[in-house]
Amino acid sequence: MVDSLTYTPQITLEFKIGEKDFFVAGECASRVKKTLQQLGLKQDVIKRIAIIIYEAAMNVAIHATSGMVTVHVEPDAITIRTDDVGAGIEDIDLAMKEGYSTATYEIREMGFGAGMGLSNIKQCSDDLKIESKVGVGTTLNAKVYFQDQARQADG
Amino acid sequence: MTVGELAGVLGLEVLTGDTNLDREVRSGYTSDLLSDVIANIGDDAVWITIQRHVNILGVAKLKDVPAIIIPRKLQLEEGFITKARQEDIAILRGSASAFELSGLIYNELKRG
Repeated sequence: MVDSLTYTPQITLEFKIGEKDFFVAGECASRVKKTLQQLGLKQDVIKRIAIIIYEAAMNVAIHATSGMVTVHVEPDAITIRTDDVGAGIEDIDLAMKEGYSTATYEIREMGFGAGMGLSNIKQCSDDLKIESKVGVGTTLNAKVYFQDQARQADG
Repeated sequence: MTVGELAGVLGLEVLTGDTNLDREVRSGYTSDLLSDVIANIGDDAVWITIQRHVNILGVAKLKDVPAIIIPRKLQLEEGFITKARQEDIAILRGSASAFELSGLIYNELKRG
């Protein structure tokens, strides 16, 4: 596993998110943002990535009992993956709809659970995959390319 | 206009000492929904909200918000202020409502 990382300057950052661990969710997005700024990535790409990480980590904190956020920096793209153990998502299409939320009243009172998380993630991602099993957990995979897609297609 | 100048001209209480008083403010955003703020707040923007729990500081930090402005003289917990100072986010408080504060701040920033 480590061998593949030896010759290319790839970075993997991992964060553990506990149940209702809202502050850590914000922190891991801030930390990745700082790392990417040091790497000299474009500001708008960093912004999109930070939003994805924040929203995805927040979903784990709000809806799961525990989970991991793994951020993998590759030469031309970054992937953000969350793996959680928890309730899972019954209807992913419905969950993607802006404004739809299963968050509790207490969570909404705090300003979370507005039903914008997954749609924010989708807007910021070039590629998004969500797999979920009710009662088991959810895996989310988001990818952002450093060059915009249009230019990649041209080249 | 800086955070300190904005606080001075609008008579806002500064609760975090000299934190960020010299930072430039270019715009503002008023919302209590964190996902909305994350997606839509601009650069160097003050954030007007009635949310006062420490988790909002994670959002403010991520979006590099120079100051959070709390309306209606709402009560704040000591832990919130301490954490804000640690995270380098100014906390200002006014007696007007979020609506009125937004208007006042908008006018000040327009004037330059």
